[in-house]
Amino acid sequence: MPANVKYELKLGAATREAFGKTLAALGHENQNIVVGDADLTKSTMTTYFAKEFPERLFECGIAEANMVAIGAGLALAGKVPFVSSFSAFVMTKGFEQLRCLVAYPNVNLKVVGTHSGISIGEDGPSQMSMEDLALACALPNFTVLSPADEVATEWAVRWAAEHVGPVFIRTGRVKVPVIYPAGSKFEIGKAVELVSGTDVTLVATGLVVAEAIRAAEQLEGEGISARVLDIHTIKPIDEEAIGRAAAETGALVVAEEHLVDSGLGVRVAQAAAKTHPAPIEFVGLTDFAESATPDELLDKYGMRAENIAAAARRVLARKK
Amino acid sequence: MQRTQNPSELSSIARQIRRHIVTMITAAKSGHPGGSLSAVELLVTLYWDVLRHDPANPKWPERDRFILSKGHAAPVLYSVMAECGYTPVETLNTLRKLGSIYQGHPDVRFIPALEASTGSLGEGLSLALGMGLAAKLDKSPSRAYVVLGDGEIQEGQIWEAAMFGAFHKVDNVCAIVDYNGIQLDGFVKDILDLSPLAEKWRSFGWHTLEIDGHDIPAIQKAFAEAAATKGKPTCIVAHTVKGKGVSFMENNPKWHGVAPKPEELELALKELA
Repeated sequence: MPANVKYELKLGAATREAFGKTLAALGHENQNIVVGDADLTKSTMTTYFAKEFPERLFECGIAEANMVAIGAGLALAGKVPFVSSFSAFVMTKGFEQLRCLVAYPNVNLKVVGTHSGISIGEDGPSQMSMEDLALACALPNFTVLSPADEVATEWAVRWAAEHVGPVFIRTGRVKVPVIYPAGSKFEIGKAVELVSGTDVTLVATGLVVAEAIRAAEQLEGEGISARVLDIHTIKPIDEEAIGRAAAETGALVVAEEHLVDSGLGVRVAQAAAKTHPAPIEFVGLTDFAESATPDELLDKYGMRAENIAAAARRVLARKK
Repeated sequence: MQRTQNPSELSSIARQIRRHIVTMITAAKSGHPGGSLSAVELLVTLYWDVLRHDPANPKWPERDRFILSKGHAAPVLYSVMAECGYTPVETLNTLRKLGSIYQGHPDVRFIPALEASTGSLGEGLSLALGMGLAAKLDKSPSRAYVVLGDGEIQEGQIWEAAMFGAFHKVDNVCAIVDYNGIQLDGFVKDILDLSPLAEKWRSFGWHTLEIDGHDIPAIQKAFAEAAATKGKPTCIVAHTVKGKGVSFMENNPKWHGVAPKPEELELALKELA
């Protein structure tokens, strides 16, 4: 990705939609791909796969723990299973199964959480996953991906299908801006520098990446040169890019649609502490949200470019 | 290994397995003798007569799968796998010690021939069903067998899996409940009663049999009936005795998770001579 290109940020597909379409395409390419869903195929978008390969989609009903374990059994017998539900359900109700049946024996299961974060909107806090990255990162052997747009999601799903080992992919409900040109290639564990900059680095993941790009544009108008990093791979995290950003720009802002005390922020802080300590400000969630439209919630809970830019000004004030 | 269908030969193998179990748990100074001893005839009949498996080729794709969902009964599985030739017999007494392949609960990282790592209760039935589905997709004759503890099936996931197995007609899966009636805190009927257990499985859509889980010909007949049953999975409710074969351990909750002392081992081995 060339640095300092101007981004149109035109609204594209939801990342769950990109997941569903990519999965259906993969179904043609790899006969071993099978899918488990827990009565949400129309929401997780595994419905695209179900329409083409009904015999390879296993409807588990509203029973996420069993779904994860059925997936583990399919994987142990040589299949490449993707199991999907809302992140809020698969990562919590399925967590023990993910821990003992998938992470511990290093089983080749792919878990796709949809409707992550508060941007699910009107359904409210019981359906909102604010801790899924923390849970996924707590599992040894798991690779944890959090794509920012439809292009990155297609790559993430295809990478997961090829990779032998457990993977968690975080996707969202709402349409998000397209950042990457179609067919862009990514490298696992390597952050993408979307905007180059020298004064401060905005580190973001998921739908907040587009907000970070907009924040960098706002800051540019104030004479502040902000670098933007898209962390599409939460685990393993790109310590090298974070350390370099901390060394070269001297200040970091981390922005995520996740609890700030357990998500990307703490992982970035750890990476910076290990490489090049620098002041960091954190933009994210601190409590359960509520029902409203996704846009209203992203405004109210501070997930916008304005919030990230404000955090950049705060961290610059702390920068020696 | 020498396969056999002869009940008296299977019975003599079972006696040898019981000797291994009490000896290795005594050496480990911890472990679960009661629920290991109750499942001996079930596993011996499976491994020497029923399962299509090959210790020389453990990853043969069309093999039958066995999962010990009640992973704390690992000593019975280790003894059986060792006698079959998957793992060394001479190191069974390293059970639970640092560096041993015989971990406290079955662990595929240490014994790749195991079908699954187990230990957290309530999960093995789902694994077996996943394996059964994979075999169906592959048009493989492979069947999956899973031994469940009776206390274990208090876990909700078992009943999620039971619904799933019947609904999806996973008829290449056979679950066996080792119904020895005792769990850690006491008798199952006093902790959280399961009865009427066979009726529960039937109402969940499983072909259900009740047998004496120490009667080898009855076990053989039940597995044959399971294999012949099409359109639904089979559950064998095997009535067993916890601690079976060692008089002072039989039907005594104390022996769920306590190792014998050396003098108790001596008495046990006399009874198992």
